[in-house]
Amino acid sequence: MRTGKGLRVVAAALTGALALSACGGGGEAEDKGPANLRVTVWSANEAHLKLFNEIADEYRKSHPDVAGITFDPLPFENYTTTLTTQIAGGNAPDLAWVFENSAPDFVASGALLPLDETLKKAEGYQYDDISPATLKLWQNGGKLYAYPFSTSPFGVFVNTDLLKQAGQKTPAELIAAGQWTWDAALAAAGATQAATGKAGLVIRDFDYKGWDNLSTFWTGWGAQAWSEDGKSCGFASPEMVDAMTTLHKAIFTTKALPGPGTTADFFAGDAAMTVTQISRASLLKDDGFAWDLVPLPAGPKGPYAVVGQAGIGVMKRSPHADVAADFLAFLTNPTNSAKLAQFFPPPRQSQLTAETLAKTNPKLKPEQLQKVVIDGITSGVVKPSHAGQAEISQQVRAGLDPLWKPDADVKAVLDGVCAKIQPMLAK
Amino acid sequence: MTRTDTRVGPVEARPALVPARPFWTSRRRDHLTGYLFIAPQLIGSAVFVILPLILVVWYSLHEWNVLAGTFEFVGTDNYAALAEDPNLGSVLRATGLFSVGLVVFNLALALLLAVLLHQKLRGTIVFRTLFFSPVVVSLVAWTIVWGFLLQDNGGVNGLLDTVGVDGPNWLRGDGTAMLSVIVVQVFKNVGLNMVLFLAALQGVPGELYEAAEVDGASRLRQFWRITVPLISPTILLTSIITVVGSLQVFAQIAVLTQGGPGTSTTVLVYYLYQQAFQFHHFGYGATLSIVLFAIVLALTVLQWQMRKRWVFHES
Repeated sequence: MRTGKGLRVVAAALTGALALSACGGGGEAEDKGPANLRVTVWSANEAHLKLFNEIADEYRKSHPDVAGITFDPLPFENYTTTLTTQIAGGNAPDLAWVFENSAPDFVASGALLPLDETLKKAEGYQYDDISPATLKLWQNGGKLYAYPFSTSPFGVFVNTDLLKQAGQKTPAELIAAGQWTWDAALAAAGATQAATGKAGLVIRDFDYKGWDNLSTFWTGWGAQAWSEDGKSCGFASPEMVDAMTTLHKAIFTTKALPGPGTTADFFAGDAAMTVTQISRASLLKDDGFAWDLVPLPAGPKGPYAVVGQAGIGVMKRSPHADVAADFLAFLTNPTNSAKLAQFFPPPRQSQLTAETLAKTNPKLKPEQLQKVVIDGITSGVVKPSHAGQAEISQQVRAGLDPLWKPDADVKAVLDGVCAKIQPMLAK
Repeated sequence: MTRTDTRVGPVEARPALVPARPFWTSRRRDHLTGYLFIAPQLIGSAVFVILPLILVVWYSLHEWNVLAGTFEFVGTDNYAALAEDPNLGSVLRATGLFSVGLVVFNLALALLLAVLLHQKLRGTIVFRTLFFSPVVVSLVAWTIVWGFLLQDNGGVNGLLDTVGVDGPNWLRGDGTAMLSVIVVQVFKNVGLNMVLFLAALQGVPGELYEAAEVDGASRLRQFWRITVPLISPTILLTSIITVVGSLQVFAQIAVLTQGGPGTSTTVLVYYLYQQAFQFHHFGYGATLSIVLFAIVLALTVLQWQMRKRWVFHES
């Protein structure tokens, strides 16, 4: 009997001690010792990380109290999930990159440290230079919770070799002739696919799951996922039905876009055109195919632009939150912002000129920078974002699945999407 | 040291004349040795099984907002939400379909392979190795490769194309997506059950078959009347392992279909992952994992109870 009792006592003590230590992990950590900052980013691109590290090294020279700054790349596909899992596990980073689709959740949750004060008082920061339009998504109750690190317009990268091989006019020629429309782009894509067997046009990161990337398409029809106030569903609108009918035809009839379950990487030379952000220019190889970057084609509602945004925020629960905020102020000061502009279009008005951007963007011509980047940022519609977007997004993905079949009833599918998400939007 | 101390000393020392029982008796030493032997297992179980189980129950009674860092007690609210969850029905259906499909395909194929490879023929060792090899391959690597093969323009449809068959878009079709996930999982693990069946078959005494042959029993009759009853304990074991494993499927769904198309392959584990880690409803995710625990426990107990009916060795 004594043995049984002893065993129970040992087991209970062990469990209790472990429970206590586990609970302790989730609480607010105390500021101890020199700061070792960790920044989660989505990009594992060598050029991006090299630049980040150079800036971090420079910061550490003047801040010996900072023992180290690590940029920790998390996979793009499940970036936010990985980040929240780290936070849940008591292993939150000190600074985190946040995408526009999770911005409302992060900004409203109180997880991030307000930055206005730190940024405004940083020496030579020129806070007022930041375009107010780019700050909107990251503000709550008049306070800024993340710096709009990258305001990256979507453009169309073109493999001019493939288009010429298929005997198609290049987008530059179509633009010169005033014919750069989705109809013309999809026709060229379909014809290139038929002639070369390679994919025509790829909406990057859509892959029949990341539907929010389709906003780069339907915005040309004046459609939107939900209303400005986020309360009513826009999928069943006539504009959206028109846009999706065109898209459906382009996928299943003219084969201008690769069908579901078919992968084609533009940057590996597998597609004639791809809709993606300028920050992806780093994937272009110097000795690869001849390429061009042009604005999105005009839709029935005329020319338009769509921007994707990403912010960097400081986790409030970081034991070194103040140091992290100070580093963020350094990372995004006018000098470093200009350096980062080659990959991540800055929100600073003074730097949004073709001349400034051209200095750090050797791969892009001033004309491309003006038309795609500067015009895009000033007139662009931000990709859809909503509080609780992950759950809404899952419902939209599941609801849109029946659309990706040759015989789909577009209107019925889109009505179904609204039936699913309207109650969530109205909350 | 004072004088008083020295005087008192011998008085206090008097009881020592009666020999004190040493603390480390041989009985206690034996117990300590025993505990030390089981300590690695005990600590492992406590940290990785018992503690998480307790915490999951605790979490299921809370609303845990990871981003805001709030953790509020909500009692049985999460359990009440189960009844109102519009997705739970389809999730349980998908889970049931996957489990039934996997168990039937896996056990039937494993038994068939084991019986075939039990024959004393040339090359059986090569085939045994071939069928077992997927078991040791990384699950995610295996699934990613199958993901490529099952694409619309992938290897499987390429192969079908050579014989003039226009294959479906396996991972995007309502019915074919679930079938694909089941088949990928069957091929991954059938080797393990096959080896267990092979071992069981080797334990069946050869003279029983000889006697049956003398009595004029056909091969099929021998299989049903001798083989199946004698390997029934292994059938029980493999069925329990496979049922429990089928309810825990996650990586295949996450890599191949992400629960789609629609919600046709959203099984319980994938759904609780979505709820907890994608939608940040950690409390509700914990509640779903309690549901999963209850289902696994109930099915295992049921199989264990049923063993008396169909396991030959059990009295």
